[in-house]
Amino acid sequence: MEIMNALALLSNYLVVPALAYGSQLALGALGVTLVYGILRFSNFAHGELMAFGTMAVILMTWFLQAQGISFGALPTELLALPVGILATVVLALGTDRVVYRFHRSKKSQPVIFLIASLAVMFFYSGLTRFIIGTADRNMGDDGARFIFTAREFKEWSGLDEGIALRTTQGITVVVTLVCVVALFWFLNRTRAGKSMRAYSDNEDLALLSGVNPERVVLIAWILAAALATVAGTMYGLDKTFKPFIYLQLLLPIFASAIVGGLGSPVGAVAGGFVIAFSEITVTFAYKRVLTYIMPGDNVPDGLVQLLSTEYKFAVSFVILVVVLLVRPTGIFKGQSV
Amino acid sequence: MSFLLGKDMTGGYGAADILHACTIGVERGEIAVVVGPNGAGKSTAMKAVFGMLELRSGQVTMDGEDITSLSPQARVQKGMGFVPQTNNVFRSMSVEENLEMGAFIRTDDPSGTMAQVFDLFPILKQKRNQPAGELSGGQRQQVAVGRALMTQPKVLMLDEPTAGVSPIVMDELFDRIIEIARSGIAILMVEQNAKQALNIADKGYVLAQGANLYTDTGEALLNDPDVRKAFLGG
Ligand SMILES: Nc1ncnc2c1ncn2[C@@H]1O[C@H](COP(=O)(O)OP(=O)(O)OP(=O)(O)O)[C@@H](O)[C@H]1O
Ligand SMILES: [Mg+2]
Repeated sequence: MEIMNALALLSNYLVVPALAYGSQLALGALGVTLVYGILRFSNFAHGELMAFGTMAVILMTWFLQAQGISFGALPTELLALPVGILATVVLALGTDRVVYRFHRSKKSQPVIFLIASLAVMFFYSGLTRFIIGTADRNMGDDGARFIFTAREFKEWSGLDEGIALRTTQGITVVVTLVCVVALFWFLNRTRAGKSMRAYSDNEDLALLSGVNPERVVLIAWILAAALATVAGTMYGLDKTFKPFIYLQLLLPIFASAIVGGLGSPVGAVAGGFVIAFSEITVTFAYKRVLTYIMPGDNVPDGLVQLLSTEYKFAVSFVILVVVLLVRPTGIFKGQSV
Repeated sequence: MSFLLGKDMTGGYGAADILHACTIGVERGEIAVVVGPNGAGKSTAMKAVFGMLELRSGQVTMDGEDITSLSPQARVQKGMGFVPQTNNVFRSMSVEENLEMGAFIRTDDPSGTMAQVFDLFPILKQKRNQPAGELSGGQRQQVAVGRALMTQPKVLMLDEPTAGVSPIVMDELFDRIIEIARSGIAILMVEQNAKQALNIADKGYVLAQGANLYTDTGEALLNDPDVRKAFLGG
């Protein structure tokens, strides 16, 4: 029983949150990796694109709520998602038209694109704050809060420790699963998806085969914007919407994409979970778990926490540095950075 | 006039010209081979014929039509297939997907052509689901040639199709290339193994420093003492 309690405790505070956080990182990293694979630059504006998308979803949610429309047990944000995606796609395509297309026609170096994306990042961040302000916004305040609560779990299992599953966590995992399956189906089974993989693999040969580069770029932006909106909304639903948080998310998202192998969609998903689980296992306080599995007085005094939560971003950073030194192409052999 | 002809082509990658009034071409159903030392401009000449190089002067014609200003993609539509010297497969994609990408511009059903390619290169059928990057050098070249055949080209251009393969695999590839030529496709290829290639060539071009040094039938070049001494190792 003690072992079961320890496992329940670990699941509640480590596994479930890491699954949700890992899903959010995976969605974010997929967008980064797609843009890298097709346009061949690290898009630093991706975090702010997520912020913009989430903002669009929030505005649409408010509108729906004002009309008295809700989504039953599910948060209204899910209903607003398609509109948010549409707005974000328009923004991404507009940006490509105004900024990146010029550099493509000039065949600019990747580093020029990267610097341009920094400028775009500042523009997006200003735009988002200009529209919705800088304050925190609560998301997911309608619908059921829990799929099951800790108390329900305790009664059901008879354990001292409960596992709670919040609706937003469940939604995050399910939505991620749907997005990933749909994306992989698209990339592996459709003509357009195959042409994107071909273009990412070998640009010259793809051009010789008659692949239209502008079309591939267009699809890449649509997918990246959609994924960014979903990722940002899931993160906001799980926590709250703070405009600045998406800039901070950029590091773990890039770490995920690079750990998995830049340009590799499978890698982005794997990388997201590697980073999420590392971050949370390293900053988790094991004290209470140990009290269940260690006899009596042997339990240490402190929190038994490797690293305080304030330093969680250092975890992604360390993993990133180690991967770049040891295996720059990442787990799934993406392009070397 | 040849079926496909790059005539008096002059041009390069930047300010300096690499090609100097270089001419290469091929007839329907025949094999033409381009040989010459490293850096002679063989690959550059092939790229020029395929439209991947801006020409300062000279023309490229196919079946009597001037195609000098066409893009490579438009030339594919006209019936040209090209297998570049390097990076000529999609490494992360399966053999079958490589062939599908070869047929990307086709609007009809390419499955018949794919069956023909599998008949020509049975090993590819066996490895159809394997990523092309995991195949041996010889098999990868077969994928590259197969990919180019998927558009049912009238002329196939090959840049060193036997680079880095064993002599046995080379003979095997040459047999397949002869087979392709017999089916009526014109073959213009660059070869490092000059002797063997000229042996199967109807026509041969010896290039040096971007210009034609010798042009004759394959047999005549093989028997020319000057060519033998300078390019075929005696
Ligand atoms: N992309 C390029 N940009 C600039 N110069 C190039 C480029 N490719 C080739 N060259 C130069 O053009 C000249 C001819 O090269 P090319 O590749 O055509 O020779 P090649 O006969 O095919 O040689 P090899 O037998 O090694 O394949 C060389 O001096 C080479 O350095
Ligand atoms: Mg060459």
